[in-house]
Amino acid sequence: MARRSAPEVNAGSMADIAFLLLIFFLVTTTIEVDSGIASKLPPPLPEDVKPPLIKEKNIFQVIVNAENRLLVEDADMDIKDLTAAAVKFLDNGGGTEARNACTYCRGAKDPESSDNPKKAIISLVNDRQASYKMYLAVTNELVRAYAILRDREGQRLYNETYGSMTKRLSDWPATEVESPEYEELKGKIDKVRELFPRNLSEAEPQNRE
Amino acid sequence: MSKFKKKKSGELPAVSTASLPDIVFMLLFFFMVATVMRDDELQIENKLPQANQVEKLAEKKKVVTIYIGKPNPNFQKTFGITEVVQLGDKIAPVSDVQTFVNTKRNLMDEDDKDAMTVSLKVDQNSQVGILTDVKQELRDAYALKISYTSVEGDPLKNLKN
Repeated sequence: MARRSAPEVNAGSMADIAFLLLIFFLVTTTIEVDSGIASKLPPPLPEDVKPPLIKEKNIFQVIVNAENRLLVEDADMDIKDLTAAAVKFLDNGGGTEARNACTYCRGAKDPESSDNPKKAIISLVNDRQASYKMYLAVTNELVRAYAILRDREGQRLYNETYGSMTKRLSDWPATEVESPEYEELKGKIDKVRELFPRNLSEAEPQNRE
Repeated sequence: MSKFKKKKSGELPAVSTASLPDIVFMLLFFFMVATVMRDDELQIENKLPQANQVEKLAEKKKVVTIYIGKPNPNFQKTFGITEVVQLGDKIAPVSDVQTFVNTKRNLMDEDDKDAMTVSLKVDQNSQVGILTDVKQELRDAYALKISYTSVEGDPLKNLKN
């Protein structure tokens, strides 16, 4: 009974097999995008509803026309300046009476501009021919204005920016969502949100096809 | 003079390729892990714009995706060259959006129904008009949470080209 050692398997072609698989996965890979600007649509309007009365000075009118030009408060504007203009409008705090005064605003207190951030509304009207990238850029810049102000208030009240708070909330381990710290963080975020609510309105589309 | 020359026969030693499989396997595992198989085959152009105020999307099971863009060259014969909506695997009229969203919602778990998010993947060069129509349909379907899916980057860069 002579014991013969088992012959070794030739592993030389292992690399070829691995390459084959590698190339297959290289070709099929598409890195999916899973980030986006969150937004909320208004529920459908009932038939006979009257629009609420809003003072002209509490509305910040942004219009995008078919040539992707921007008209802000009846004046031509470059998109680079949009965020600053929106911040100025929201943070104005022009209200003088006790019920609509803004104690935390640091704006110019211009009586011709918004009373307080809770009443201030940004109205976005876009032409059907406008391009989506322009529309998204404008939305992005307006959302950024709110983010700047919320960050500031978060810093002032809780010594942490709003952005970092929301990031912490979304990274919270799923097993600990009932802990008091989680509720506390949620409460803080709601507080800051309340100070600068995102009143971004889009006009009801007219002459739909 | 010959002191240095005669050391070996002069040929370079071959580089050992024994570790090549290891390297290739490493790459292979990376791509295997990073790969997400596409759910829907795109029949339209869909180059997403950039934005910097992005938030992470909800879990996959809570997300319904709607694509908007110009049809690919091989579908232009049937669908023309203006923007169309793609629901699931096929191009569909805007009026089908409501049915599509409702069907998807009914397939979800009870808990996820309220948290459903509609991810709008709109080609950066399309016009806003069709998006407005789709949003109007979504409102009627009470699918109010939406997300304009976009790549993280500088939005002003989009406008330059």
